[in-house]
Amino acid sequence: MTRYADMDQVAGDFYTNNFAKTAKESSLILNLGPQHPSTHGVLRVIVEMDGEYILRAEPVLGYLHRMHEKMAEVKTAAQFIPNMGRVDYGHALAWNWAFLGAVEKLAGIEVPERAEYVRTITCELNRIASHLLWWGAYLLDLGAFTPIMYAFDDREKVLDILQMPTGSRLTYSYYRIGGVALDLSEDCLRSIREFIPWMRSRLPMYKDLVSDNIILRKRIEGVGVIEPELCRRYGATGPVARGSGINYDVRRAEPYSVYPKVDFIVPTSELKDARGRYDVRMIEIEQSLRIIEQCVEQMPEGDILVKGAPKPSWKAPKGEAYFAVEGGRGKIGVYVASDGGKNIYRTKLRAPGYSNLSLFAEVSSGTILADAVAILGSLDLIIPEIDR
Amino acid sequence: MNAIKEAFKTVSDLWSLMVGLKVTGKYFLEPQRTVRYPWKAVANLDTFKGHLELVGGVKDIFTPRCISCGMCALACPSNCITVVKRKAPKPTPEEEKALAEAKAKGEKPKDKTPKDPERFLYDYSLCSLCGTCMENCPVGALRFSKNVYMAGYSRNDFQFDLVLKLRESEAHAPKAEPAAPAAETSEA
Repeated sequence: MTRYADMDQVAGDFYTNNFAKTAKESSLILNLGPQHPSTHGVLRVIVEMDGEYILRAEPVLGYLHRMHEKMAEVKTAAQFIPNMGRVDYGHALAWNWAFLGAVEKLAGIEVPERAEYVRTITCELNRIASHLLWWGAYLLDLGAFTPIMYAFDDREKVLDILQMPTGSRLTYSYYRIGGVALDLSEDCLRSIREFIPWMRSRLPMYKDLVSDNIILRKRIEGVGVIEPELCRRYGATGPVARGSGINYDVRRAEPYSVYPKVDFIVPTSELKDARGRYDVRMIEIEQSLRIIEQCVEQMPEGDILVKGAPKPSWKAPKGEAYFAVEGGRGKIGVYVASDGGKNIYRTKLRAPGYSNLSLFAEVSSGTILADAVAILGSLDLIIPEIDR
Repeated sequence: MNAIKEAFKTVSDLWSLMVGLKVTGKYFLEPQRTVRYPWKAVANLDTFKGHLELVGGVKDIFTPRCISCGMCALACPSNCITVVKRKAPKPTPEEEKALAEAKAKGEKPKDKTPKDPERFLYDYSLCSLCGTCMENCPVGALRFSKNVYMAGYSRNDFQFDLVLKLRESEAHAPKAEPAAPAAETSEA
């Protein structure tokens, strides 16, 4: 007690004080966030600085914790679907898919083939929207304002397409246990077919406008080098791992749905820096377009929801299952354990952003503060997903 | 040799800026991509998922199709629906007599209570628009409205009785389309 008796007189909270204990003399402790524009929400990073250089950094999480895992314990499986759209607003459909994939695996429900195609198409469209959002926001972090206008112009088109079957533009709750809620209409398929060449024509413009721009290249080339070994140590996945030369994509490593039937490459970059991650994401947009193009052609007719699809009062059978999908930020894994009761007993959500952020402390030490912001942005962090 | 390389690099670097500016210039001269909202509305509102609304019956479109079974309220993840069933109407003396006779014969009296709900309370501030209620409805009495201009000053503005809302739509029935946003803003 006596030790903390004068606690109210000490400046700073627990995290700052704890962090300050091991601080060197004459170094500056700076608090980035939780209301900092470059932190995409409410991420807080405490950094110890020597002049302009970062000696140590520590991300502080939990400002956006919404107890999604706890909520899963008090809702039936079907009732939990809207939550999944709100875990990660960037790539909501991948989270929908990860959860439902786990539940379907647990219950042994086979999804109709058309529904699998519909899922793939919408999920890939959502991935494009997610990458475009990142692209615009990242350049905003780096001080370029106009690119986000171009990105949102295209993203608007994706959202218009996704609005047709889902009815929403951001927090989708579209997939159902054993299929999807609504079929893709002719109108929707036509817009998708029109969108693919449009988006392809925009990518060279992105290259001219930003990717080749010397200001951006000087800003991100050689910044934030992440060794593959470091990625493995922290469990980083997605474009962060692929940007470091690790050829790992859940769509290829643990194929699910119709991905084995479509032809696409998993882009990797040997640059290992922010530039590598940037390149990987830009190529991924292209590859997503390829996947969508093939899926629209191959899509068979048929049901979109399995016959006798579970009602909201449906009880999941006893057992456990794990299902992983590739989200815009990496491997999204959902583990469900059911005791045969009304609600699923335990749901564990594996957010890729959490692992990706963890390596920030190690990567950022020794860089200047401005570069740390560039590294933070290149990890493509979505805070609601990290805190869950 | 090195100096030439340096110079060439500098020129190519500067050229990349020119290429970027060319794109900017090109788009600067293009027509506006955004919609000037209060004067013009976007076209894709027919697929928008607004708040819930009750579907009118086949004969009388201002009486809900709903049979007050409460499946929607049961399925709702956020508990934003409350269905208030109608109470049985007070029987007239003749009906009471007939009822007593039927009871004496051992017949089960037929419930003549109208099935449509007295009130259908819906809290839009809690709703996450997942559509679980719609899918769980046995008679298809619920749907999403296309109302994108829903706004209010207080929380109470988003707690409404859908039965009342359906009846209110009678008052606006002659109008085929909801009031355009242009009219609202020009007045303000």
